[in-house]
Amino acid sequence: MVYGLLIAFVLGSAFPFYWSFLVASRDSSMLTDTVPSLLPGANFLANAQRVFDSVPFWKALGNSVIVAGTVTLTTVLFSTLAGFAFAKLRFRGRDPLFLFVVATLAVPTQLGVIPLYLAMAEFGWANGVQAVIVPNLVTAVGVFWMRQYTVDALPFELVEAARMDGCSMIRVFWHVCLPAVRPAAAFLGMFTFMTSWNDFLWPLIVLNAENPTVQVALEKLQSGYYVDYSLVLAGTTLATIPILIVFVVLGRQIVAGIMQGAVKG
Amino acid sequence: MSRLSRWDVKYSPYLYIAPFFVLFGLVGLFPLLYTAYVSMFDWDLLGGDPVFVGADNYLALFSDNQFWTTLTNTLSIFVLSSGPQIVIAVLLAALLNSRLRAPTAWRVGVLLPYVASLVALGIIFANLFGPNYGLANNLLELVGLDRVDWQADRFASHVAIAVMVNWRWTGYNALIVLAAMQAIPKEIHEAATVDGAGPVRRFVSVTLPLLRPTLVFVVITSTIGGLQIFTEPKLFDAMPGSNNGGSSNQFQTITLYMYQSAFEGGHLGYASAIAWVLFLVVIAIATVNFLITRRLAAGSGVR
Repeated sequence: MVYGLLIAFVLGSAFPFYWSFLVASRDSSMLTDTVPSLLPGANFLANAQRVFDSVPFWKALGNSVIVAGTVTLTTVLFSTLAGFAFAKLRFRGRDPLFLFVVATLAVPTQLGVIPLYLAMAEFGWANGVQAVIVPNLVTAVGVFWMRQYTVDALPFELVEAARMDGCSMIRVFWHVCLPAVRPAAAFLGMFTFMTSWNDFLWPLIVLNAENPTVQVALEKLQSGYYVDYSLVLAGTTLATIPILIVFVVLGRQIVAGIMQGAVKG
Repeated sequence: MSRLSRWDVKYSPYLYIAPFFVLFGLVGLFPLLYTAYVSMFDWDLLGGDPVFVGADNYLALFSDNQFWTTLTNTLSIFVLSSGPQIVIAVLLAALLNSRLRAPTAWRVGVLLPYVASLVALGIIFANLFGPNYGLANNLLELVGLDRVDWQADRFASHVAIAVMVNWRWTGYNALIVLAAMQAIPKEIHEAATVDGAGPVRRFVSVTLPLLRPTLVFVVITSTIGGLQIFTEPKLFDAMPGSNNGGSSNQFQTITLYMYQSAFEGGHLGYASAIAWVLFLVVIAIATVNFLITRRLAAGSGVR
């Protein structure tokens, strides 16, 4: 029974992906069939080629890799540093400052896009990828998450011992803290990468059609005179493949690592 | 200890937490406050000097039918998505928490929808819920029911968008709840079993109350996300590139209306007023949800 429900859920989760590949591998006429065949056709590569002809998709992929890669690196680094400080270091104002971080979780910052756009236009950053990178360098969720994990995962004695041996703070962080919190950092990295790769509202506002991220390019693909679903869904399939690979290769280890931590903690 | 080392101990922590606070100030707090300032001007996207108009944008907003339509749409989609999502997520977490073979594979499996981009998802679901040839309608017809116009019918379009939201977020929330379930010490469950509590009773009286902090977190984050929904209704529109949310705004959300006013209409002042009102709505509903979740979870068992 449990397995039956879980299988139904996972199949339901996978179906839209398969469906979009299905439509992308045929031509749009299949959509008019009442009971469409569930086997892929032979047109996927042709449809994919049309995606690259219609929008600057290579450029979009490159931009998305740069944006998501940079944002992931900085978010993991800054969140882990801040998490370490909040969890294991003593300093004046620590608790109120951490409360402030928690409170900002409830602030819908997405609603500040208009002044943010005005500021980017002022700096001359509009239409450049740095305008998408900079606002996302570190997040409250990241800091909160790393702090919660570090509290349990890193014993005080270890930090003290390293200090006794004459390590500077940053060396304690690098050689003692970082190895201990690696599972949580990896988990945060995976989520940050996916969130950044899939971000839409802000890139749509600040980037143009010549220099898009993947999501913005997809939207341009869809906004023709009429929607050619074989073309558009070939685009969504192409956009999902890189992240699906990251997820399948790393997902198992990362989810396993973090759940072990939760059991111990 | 040398002086350098003392400085290191004293000031390093501030250095480590500084990036978050600096960035939040610059791209979080400041824009939000500045939005309130912009909302008091007649401010054009394409330039020209902004003209101070005081509360006029807000007054116009309250007599703007489209604003009320989008507010109702947003709340309707939010209720249709967040309620079922959290209930299913908790049940799914309970399933995942039972003894399973290959537990990690299942966990990764339920997280799969999180990989999908909202843009791809909007396009795929617009296709599945197409008014004429969509798979959803074909299935309805196959079992002898009437076709539904998922685009034109206001309530049906909200359902379709809510399905999309639920599909993407349920597994994610289930994993968060699961992590909390695994942190519950086994001894508590064993003690309840000894006292004669069955599995359902244990779930209601032991597990749920102990999940309270996590449930509050999940409810708050999904409230904040759910009320700002933008990508799904934008891409769901059968009219490509449109920001209308359907021909009569039947599924336009507030964030989509804000985007349309600012970047299609060019009325930055008016759009900022929309953003600021939505901000207050989000905070108000998040607070109410926080109080309700706390009460409900507290009322259902051991204290």
